[in-house]
Amino acid sequence: MKIHEYQGKELFRKFGVTTPRGFACFSADEALEAAKKLGGSVWMVKAQIHAGGRGKGGGVKVAKSFDEVRERAGQILGMQLVTHQTGPQGQKVRRLLVEGGADIRKELYVGMVVDRGTQRVCLMASSEGGMDIEEVAAKTPEKIHKVFIDPATGLTDREAEEVAVRIGVPAPALAQARDLLKALYRCFDESDASLAEINPLIITADDRVIALDAKLNFDDNALFRHPEVSAMRDLDEEDPLEIEASKHDLSYISLDGGIGCMVNGAGLAMATMDTIKLFGGAPANFLDVGGGASAEKVTAAFKIMLSNPKVKAILVNIFGGIMKCDTIAAGVVAAAREVRLSVPLVVRMKGTNEDMGRKILAESGMPIITADNMADAAKKVVAALKGKAKTKPKAKPKIKVKAKAKVKVKAKRTTAARKVSPRRKAPSRGKKK
Amino acid sequence: MSILINRNSRVITQGITGKTGQFHTQKSREYANGRACYVAGVNPKRAGENFEGIPIFASVAEAKKTTGAMVSVVYVPPAGAASAIWEAVEADLDLVICITEGIPVRDMVQLRDRMRKQERKTLLLGPNCPGVITPGELKIGIMPGHIHKKGRVGVVSRSGTLTYEAVGQLTELGIGQSTAVGIGGDPVNGLKHIDVLKLFNDDPDTDAVVMIGEIGGSDEEDCAHWIKANMQKPVVGFIAGVTAPPGKRMGHAGAIISGGKGTAQEKLAVMEECGIRVTRNPAEMGKLLKSVLK
Repeated sequence: MKIHEYQGKELFRKFGVTTPRGFACFSADEALEAAKKLGGSVWMVKAQIHAGGRGKGGGVKVAKSFDEVRERAGQILGMQLVTHQTGPQGQKVRRLLVEGGADIRKELYVGMVVDRGTQRVCLMASSEGGMDIEEVAAKTPEKIHKVFIDPATGLTDREAEEVAVRIGVPAPALAQARDLLKALYRCFDESDASLAEINPLIITADDRVIALDAKLNFDDNALFRHPEVSAMRDLDEEDPLEIEASKHDLSYISLDGGIGCMVNGAGLAMATMDTIKLFGGAPANFLDVGGGASAEKVTAAFKIMLSNPKVKAILVNIFGGIMKCDTIAAGVVAAAREVRLSVPLVVRMKGTNEDMGRKILAESGMPIITADNMADAAKKVVAALKGKAKTKPKAKPKIKVKAKAKVKVKAKRTTAARKVSPRRKAPSRGKKK
Repeated sequence: MSILINRNSRVITQGITGKTGQFHTQKSREYANGRACYVAGVNPKRAGENFEGIPIFASVAEAKKTTGAMVSVVYVPPAGAASAIWEAVEADLDLVICITEGIPVRDMVQLRDRMRKQERKTLLLGPNCPGVITPGELKIGIMPGHIHKKGRVGVVSRSGTLTYEAVGQLTELGIGQSTAVGIGGDPVNGLKHIDVLKLFNDDPDTDAVVMIGEIGGSDEEDCAHWIKANMQKPVVGFIAGVTAPPGKRMGHAGAIISGGKGTAQEKLAVMEECGIRVTRNPAEMGKLLKSVLK
């Protein structure tokens, strides 16, 4: 789970990580009030969205008078802020953080993540603050200093001081930097964070050490023991389809392609997406229905997939283990009926009771295309998508998919379509009774 | 032979009184020698009772002492799962297999640290894994037993259903498996690809290995380098997640491309450099393995 910068700073302060004073604001008037409360003559007006790169996108502005604070706040609030992390559509700004300006002498970088190799929390620090740290890591890896923290002792005084010296903290500020790094580790550890980043961590002209930014992500699996962190979740910042999916215990991620995928298991779901791409298609989503999918879950999954307008065909790939293929087949048929499925649906099923599952699909009267294996399924769904596109504009001259697969699909679709048109009304009749 | 488990393993189920533990213990017992292998359950509040004839003990240590079991499988819910693993480690079992999904990473960091510092001998498989199966002998975990076939090919993967996919393809081609191991999809876990490959390399009854990875971390790369230097047997591979966008967690907590690291392309490239035959088409994992068998 992600939180906003201002929430991260609130949490930082609880653990003793020094931040600038500031207030979260939801309107230009509130921003003005905040500036008055803060006093001083320079303020930062910062857009609060979860994505990074806000400054470059025009979401962070300096204001040198109360009028400017109000003006900048008015400009930023409500804007579609586009950064390299938001995608081209951007993210609407609904909250601001107004802070007093700081007199920056030096900009440093500090981050923490769990390192899989050493299985410890890794503190990363660099003298190159304020920059894109991934670029620093790629171009000048020697400028990134790492400490793998022993969970039994936490970050020690010595480790913290050594790192502070390496990244160029001046002597008068060393003790502060040490305490701040230790406080950051305690914050990371005690709140079950998965990522913490301060970019930049600044040294002021009068040698104070301050976290000018705060980025915190949390381990979703540990939220159950941090209600105060869960309470900071901002649903406006999340994909509505992903929120809906999480309500049904489905793991869903929107992507840019046209083929909706429903698969059981994360690895198989990724492999299915890869296969679609291998055969010239593009997945519209990642969707893992998990190990114990019920008919209700499958229906919910279908609704979520189809509420993405880009979806023009669907591929269901199930390896039935504990989850039986006949159960899934019944769920798929029920879901397809309920949502009045209007796009081609390719189903590949393998494993426990696969014959029963196939029979249910075949006898459903729904226009379901069945496939023998993942590659076959991917070819068929790509062909179905392109075949459909072709019938409308009749423009595209050549289709890259092998002719053989295309013909097979077409034949099946037409017979299925014939069967289906009268029957598709059946369920609504059934309901009325 | 096989790796990790065989018909002579004796198994304790931790969390045998929960719904998941009961269901999978039943299924695992029905497979091959399961009836003889599953000898104990653990639940401190239900000691003295039994689950379908399997005696329930108050602790792992007690279960081990009474039954001689040296392997445990953990179905305990996430909040208590790390403690359950530690209990098995403290009882000095040979192997603990944790199926539980959703354990906080911090719990695993602390647990793994304690295991290392105390130089514990217990091997940990998982968490968030399907378990391990030696076809025709013993199944410990949630995989469907019937898709497996006894044979001489090892399978190792982070993902459950993708393991089944590989096994299914092998079985369809008439190729049996020595042992299939799911190491799990969490960022901080026990046995990694490299550990399992070492075991397969030393197993006289494994001729070749299918190694399946996914985005995130660098376990597959580390393993590939080890294979290049040490492996005596052919290895074929597949990496899931070529289409995964950076910064998005693809279901598994460990399956995320971050800081430009852990992409499928990078992993595939390293594996190829190290002499591992890889495929970009997961429907052809079985065929690829067949092509390297003599």
